[in-house]
Amino acid sequence: MAVDQNLKIELGKQGIFVTTIEELYNWGRRSSVWPMQFGLACCAIEMIATTMARYDLARFGAEVFRPSPRQADLMIVSGTVTKKMAPQVVRLYNQMAEPRYVIAMGACAISGGPFKQGYNVLKGIDRYIPVDVHIPGCPPRPEALIQAFMTLQKKIDGQPLTGEGRPRHLDAEAQGEFPVPEQGEHDLEPTSNKGVWPVPITIR
Amino acid sequence: MASSPYFSLAVLFLAAMGFGLAPLGMAWLWARMYSPPKPNAVKNAIYECGLESKGDAWMQFRSAYYLYGIIFLIFDVEAVFLLPFAVAFTGLGAAACGAMLVFVLLLVEGLAWAWAKGVLTWA
Repeated sequence: MAVDQNLKIELGKQGIFVTTIEELYNWGRRSSVWPMQFGLACCAIEMIATTMARYDLARFGAEVFRPSPRQADLMIVSGTVTKKMAPQVVRLYNQMAEPRYVIAMGACAISGGPFKQGYNVLKGIDRYIPVDVHIPGCPPRPEALIQAFMTLQKKIDGQPLTGEGRPRHLDAEAQGEFPVPEQGEHDLEPTSNKGVWPVPITIR
Repeated sequence: MASSPYFSLAVLFLAAMGFGLAPLGMAWLWARMYSPPKPNAVKNAIYECGLESKGDAWMQFRSAYYLYGIIFLIFDVEAVFLLPFAVAFTGLGAAACGAMLVFVLLLVEGLAWAWAKGVLTWA
C-alpha cells in the first residue's frame, strides 16, 4: 500500500518514519550497487577517475569495484567493444549474479562510436546484453558517469517487487542466459541477440 | 543453572551468535522464497576472466621444479637469518658465532650436494 507523500512528509516532521518493504528493499539495493572491475578502453580511465577522490563514486555506495562477476551487480561497459572482446563481455555478464545492471559508457559502447565503420568493432553492446543506461560522449566526463549512475539508482528505486516491471531476480520467467556469440567466418555468430535487440528495418 | 556465574556469559554468547546469524538466515530465506535461481551452463562455468577455461586444474609440474624450490629455500632462508646476524655481529659472543657458522655450513653442505648432483645446471 502506497503511503501518501504529503502525509509521509508531515509524519516525518513529527519524527515518525513511514516506509514500505518495497521502498526499504530498493533503498538497500540502490545504495550498494557494486560495479565490476572491468575496463575496455579510454573510457575506463574516466571511470577510474570517477571512483577517485575528486569525483568519489563512493558517495553513491558504489566504490567497491569487484574483480569477480560473482560479486558484482553492475557492469560498466567502458569503451570500445571489439568483436574479439564481445564474447568475453557477454560471458562475464552471464556470470554475474542477479539482479544485474549494465551501463554502456561512451560512444563506442553504445554504437561503435568513431570506429563504427571498422570491420572489427561491435556496433553497440546492446546487441547482445540488455543495457539499462546509455551515456554518450567520447569519452564521457566523470560527471556524466555519475549522472548515469544516478539514473540507474532512480530506475532501481522505481522497480516494484511484484507484477510488471519487477527486477529480474524476482521474476522466474526472466531470461537468465544470454547466448555468447562466437567468432564466425566474417562476423560474430549470431550478429545480435534478437530477444534483446530487435534488428532495425533499414528504409532506403 | 541460572545461578552459575557463567550463565550471563552464555546468554550473551547466544545473543551475539543470533545477531550474526539472523541476518544471514533471513537473507537465505528471502532468496529462497522470492528469488528463483536461474542457473545455466555459462553462469556456472569456471570464472576465467571471461574466457572459457581450458584443460584440467589437476596438472602435473616437472619434478625439476621441486629441486628448484629446495635451492630457493636454501638461499632465501639463509638470507633471512644472515641479515639479523650481520646487524648484530659486533655484539655477539663466540658461542653465537659458532651456532651461526654451523647453520651456514649446513646450508652450504646442501648447496654443495645440489651442485654435485648437477642441479644448478638447468636442463
